Amino acid sequence: MTLLDPNAGIGCPSGLAPSESPSLSDPSAFVRRVEGQNRLSLTVRGAKCGACINRIESAVKALPGIERARLNLSTGDLEVGWRGNLKAPKIVAAVTALGYGVSPRDQDQGASDEQREERSLLIALGVAGFAMANIMLLSVSIWAGAGEMGQTTRTMLHGISGVIALPAIIFSGRVFFVSAWNVLKRGHANMDVPISLALIIAFCVSVSETLRGGADAYFDASVMLLFFLLIGRFLDARVRRKAHASARDLAAMAHRTVMRLDARGSARSVRASEINPGDQILLAPGERAVVDMKIDQGASDVDESLATGESLARSATPGMHLLAGTVNLSQPLTGTALAAASDSLLADMARMLEAGEQRRSTYRRIADRAVSLYVPFVHTSALLAFIGWLLAGAGVNEALLIGVSTLIITCPCALALAAPVTQVVAAGRLFRSGTFLKSGDALERLAQCDYIIFDKTGTLTLGTPKLTGEISSENLQVAAELARASRHPLSRAIVDAAGAGPIALNVREFAGLGLEGIVRGAPARLGSADWVGVDSGRGDRSSLWFSQAGKEPVHFQFGDHLLDEAAETIERLQRAGYGIEIVSGDRSETVEIVARTLGIDSWSAASSPRDKVNRLEALQAQGHKVLMVGDGLNDAGALALAHASLAPGGAMDVSQSASDAIYSGGLAALPRLISVAKQARSVMIENFAFAAAYNLVAVPVAITGHATPLVAAVAMSTSSILVSLNALRLNAMRESL
Amino acid sequence: MAGLIFLIPIALGMGLMGLFAFLWAARSGQFDDPDGAANRILVDEDRPLPATVEPDSET
Repeated sequence: MTLLDPNAGIGCPSGLAPSESPSLSDPSAFVRRVEGQNRLSLTVRGAKCGACINRIESAVKALPGIERARLNLSTGDLEVGWRGNLKAPKIVAAVTALGYGVSPRDQDQGASDEQREERSLLIALGVAGFAMANIMLLSVSIWAGAGEMGQTTRTMLHGISGVIALPAIIFSGRVFFVSAWNVLKRGHANMDVPISLALIIAFCVSVSETLRGGADAYFDASVMLLFFLLIGRFLDARVRRKAHASARDLAAMAHRTVMRLDARGSARSVRASEINPGDQILLAPGERAVVDMKIDQGASDVDESLATGESLARSATPGMHLLAGTVNLSQPLTGTALAAASDSLLADMARMLEAGEQRRSTYRRIADRAVSLYVPFVHTSALLAFIGWLLAGAGVNEALLIGVSTLIITCPCALALAAPVTQVVAAGRLFRSGTFLKSGDALERLAQCDYIIFDKTGTLTLGTPKLTGEISSENLQVAAELARASRHPLSRAIVDAAGAGPIALNVREFAGLGLEGIVRGAPARLGSADWVGVDSGRGDRSSLWFSQAGKEPVHFQFGDHLLDEAAETIERLQRAGYGIEIVSGDRSETVEIVARTLGIDSWSAASSPRDKVNRLEALQAQGHKVLMVGDGLNDAGALALAHASLAPGGAMDVSQSASDAIYSGGLAALPRLISVAKQARSVMIENFAFAAAYNLVAVPVAITGHATPLVAAVAMSTSSILVSLNALRLNAMRESL
Repeated sequence: MAGLIFLIPIALGMGLMGLFAFLWAARSGQFDDPDGAANRILVDEDRPLPATVEPDSET
């Protein structure tokens, strides 16, 4: 078996992302027809390495009629094109069978805009780079020939530099000019204003210098400025696009499809957004409810762990209400939609997410604060230099030249690179350890948190039941033969414990009761105490009984297990001075046990999504900066509102969208993430301090008239390189928590 | 000095060629999936097509 064996295991073979269990959804409503070809755009979750490309593309290409299947590993987009009558669900099934999460996607979403923006920044960067390199070639000969070169030659070289610089500044500088103009129109100023001013003034003064035949033209410095600033801008855009790619998963969620039953009872796949209250819906086994619904027919078991945090499956009977996000486990259910998708729990979550996003956008990044101090400083010093030299009796031309050199040399190259480079390096380091950062300022906010709220199910515990107590392997194997036929979480726990093996014959599943089938020639039952005829005295939902004619019934008990590293992680965090709290939607007995085992004093149980948000707001009102860690749909609102938030890789997609980072590989990632965030923050502050120190030296040099084009070029590039090197130090730092 | 008359255009021409190559690469989407491009080189494409696949003879 090679590393890239397409048949190896389930999910991403690199282990960077957890595998997802298939949840059925019919994407037919999203198929487009272009030039006789059927096209479908899918978002694939969990593909993180090269082997995934091979596995997914070859699985899809193996289907009949497929002409095109291409996965973009950076964004998770899978584009499929085919002819013939291949059904879209087949394609989705081929990918989900490999252990990846798939949802259909509308083609015309904001993503392509961002991709276009990133591409145009890259092109602008390329043009500026070309201009910088070629002008530098000419400038080096001017500097090297100082004193020997004739004025005519020098002017000619300056002239050629100007001819190269003009289109480059117009083309690549648009990014800054347009943004500066937009803020100026509204009467504000941002960093692009001094940048644009410096570029334009430096170019104009250089042109007049060239025409006068003078020695100091700043074509090279202005194009170099442009180049360095564009690097920072490009890195920033790339980090932002990655963040938005994850946010799109939320939209993909709302783009789920629903099986709607028409008056004659035949089912058709429609988009969730087309569902109106009162519509008849079919919920197939394995499917997740997209709207809140009331069950009309059928009996099944449902898993509400993502909707409410309840860790045990419960039985669903006609008349019961199901929340959006609930997964149907055993039998098909039909029901009536109680609300349109836009009014269901899911949409409420989406609104809470939006509120959170808005609140977060008011967070002022360190970089922005640095810039607001910096802009007036630069302008005043350049203006003072100009006026000062005028008063001291220098000519207008000479004073102007010194003013411009001040403006150029203080221009924020190091400042513009300090934050994005640090973020890219930190994000890269976290990525290698299986953590995905979704926005750059997430690191800053993570570093500030002093209080951590955990959801219990799926965060501190496995979230799925596990077999507890001693069971003989013979009994386990026999029961597993029945259990393999079911997708009930308790059955799965038995199968997990027993491993692979045969399936019993003629297995039938009775919702809320259990399974019945022929095991090794004799009828057998697996299910609740009532189902096997044992008098256990109470309805216990966390145990199963197995009985076979002529044998003593066997009792299986299950519990939600703590994650292995939970105790150690909590202790480390407590030692580091973090306040820790559990806020769970599960029953209080279960939560209390977990809290006591982990030594956490404050906990609350049976919390609704609203309770979680209220608790969060209460803490924030007390002045705490809260880090929320959770995985369920019921956590999404709290995740969005917290100062910073994390979700495990197995979390519901909405929760992943709501949080700042997604970690895999267990809770041990948490202290690592926090320590990297703190280190990144201190490196960033060092970088800003360095930029400030640089300016303290550069401004006097420029004001006294010593900033020749050569000095400006050397100073600017050195400061930018030093800042980038300092950021690279992050890779070598040790965990400090 | 006369050398400059053709040396500078040659230098600029070579730079422009590089620039156009870069512009073409960026416009045709070659920088859209850097992670995928880095990984695709590791993908074996010489395995038999799945339709005619034979069981791997791993011994």
